[in-house]
Amino acid sequence: MTRTRFHQGLDDLKQKLLTMGGMAEQAVERAVLAFQNRDVSVCELVLRDEAHINAAEREVDEMAIDLLAMQQPMAVDLRFIVACIKINSDLERVGDQAVNIAERVMDMVNNPKADLNVDIPRMASLSINMVRDALNAFLTADVEMARSVLERDDLVDNMNREIFEAADYAMTHSMETHRDAIDTMLVARNLERVADHATNIAEDVIFWVRGADVRHHAQM
Amino acid sequence: MNAGIHVENLNAWFGSTQALHNISLEIPEKHVTAIIGPSGCGKSTFVRCLNRMHETLPNTRVEGKVIIGDLDIYGKGVSPVSIRRRVGMVFQKPNPFPTMSIYDNVAAGLKLNGFGNRRELDAIVEKSLRQAALWDEVKENLKKKSGASLSGGQQQRLCIARALAVEPDVLLMDEPASALDPISTAKIEDLIFELKKQYTVVIVTHNMQQAARVADFTAFFLMGNLVEFDKTEKMFTTPSDKRTEDYITGRFG
Repeated sequence: MTRTRFHQGLDDLKQKLLTMGGMAEQAVERAVLAFQNRDVSVCELVLRDEAHINAAEREVDEMAIDLLAMQQPMAVDLRFIVACIKINSDLERVGDQAVNIAERVMDMVNNPKADLNVDIPRMASLSINMVRDALNAFLTADVEMARSVLERDDLVDNMNREIFEAADYAMTHSMETHRDAIDTMLVARNLERVADHATNIAEDVIFWVRGADVRHHAQM
Repeated sequence: MNAGIHVENLNAWFGSTQALHNISLEIPEKHVTAIIGPSGCGKSTFVRCLNRMHETLPNTRVEGKVIIGDLDIYGKGVSPVSIRRRVGMVFQKPNPFPTMSIYDNVAAGLKLNGFGNRRELDAIVEKSLRQAALWDEVKENLKKKSGASLSGGQQQRLCIARALAVEPDVLLMDEPASALDPISTAKIEDLIFELKKQYTVVIVTHNMQQAARVADFTAFFLMGNLVEFDKTEKMFTTPSDKRTEDYITGRFG
C-alpha cells in the first residue's frame, strides 16, 4: 500500500465522524428520555453536550478540508471526503434537533399534560434507529443497509402527520392543555427532521460507495 | 543532536545576478520542509546554499548565515566536504555510479572516508537500503547487479540509500520524484514521510501537490525572495500572502 499518510488521514476522518455520530445519537436518546419522564436535569445534559457536537463539526470540516487541499483525492476517496462533509453537517443538525426537543420538554413541565393518543417513544425509536443504521452503513460501506434507512422515512413522516392531527384535535377540544399539545407536535416535528437527516446520511453513503446520486427519489 | 537549520540574511549571486535576496527562516529538525515556487525563483539555489554546493559553480558568491545544529557552515575553517557528510543530497535525475554494484554505490561515501571494517560496512549498507525501502527488492543481487540496471524509481531510492549511508543529519532533495512515474513517486513520498523521524528533510519541488502531500512546512519563493513560510496546512488552505494564494491556485506562475 502506498500513500500511507493519506490513507491514515481518511481513517482518522472516518473515526472522528463516527465519534460525532455517537454523540448526536446519544443527544436524541437523552432528549426523548427527558420527554418521557418530563425530566429537566436530562434536558440540561443535552444542552451542555451540544457544544461538544459543534466543536466536533468544526474539527471534521478542518480535517476534510486539509485532506482536499493537501492530498488531491480522486474517485472513491474524493466521494468519501465530500460525503463526510455533508454527513458532518447532518449530524450537527441532529444535535440541534435534540436541543429543540429538550427545550420543548423544559416548557412542558410548566403546563398541564394534554390527553393525546400518540406514540412519541415509538416514533423516536424509529428515528434513532435510522440514524444508527445510517452510521453503521457508513462504518461498513453497506449500501443495502443505507437503502433500508431510505425506505423507513415514509413511516416516520406518516407518524408525524398523525401526531399533527391528534394535536390539532386536542387543541380545539381542550384549551387548558393546548400548549402541551403544541409542544408535543413540535417534538414530533423534530423527530421527523432527525429521520430526514438520517436519510440524507444514507444517501451520502450510497453516493460514496456507488457513486450514485439517489437524492430526491432519483433512480438508484 | 539538534539539526534544525537557521538561515539568516542569506544572499546568493551568479556573477552579477542576485539569485537570493535576504532569506531568513528556521527549518525545524526532524520535519519535512518543502520549497516551492516557479522556475527561476531561487529554490534550487537556496538548497544548494545549505550544503555549500552553490559556491562550486564558477562566478558564484554567497553571503549570510546558515547554521545547522550548532555548526556555522560558512564559518572560518569549516570545510565544505565535512558539511556534505552532515548534509546529504538527492538530485532530480537518479545518478548512481553506473559501473559500481548496488552494494558499492551505497558504500562509496564511507569507503571514500577510509571506512574499512567489512562487517560494519555490510551492516550499514543493509540499514541504509532498508531505510530507503529498497532492501527487499535488491538483497539477492547486491554485488551482482550494477546500480544502473535498476529501474528509475529504484535508482532514486538507491541514491537516497547512498546519501543515508554516511549518516547525515539533514537530507536535501532537489525534485527527487519529477523524473519518476506515479507509483515510484508515491513510494518516494512514503519514504520521505518515514525519513523525517530521523532526519531533517528539505525538499525542492515544482509540484506543489507533492509539497502539500509530504511536507510539514512549506516555503514559497518568488524571484529570489521568500514570500511566505508556514505550516503546510495553513499554506494550502489559508495562505497569508496574496502572491502565495495566486501561485497555488494557478493564477500565475
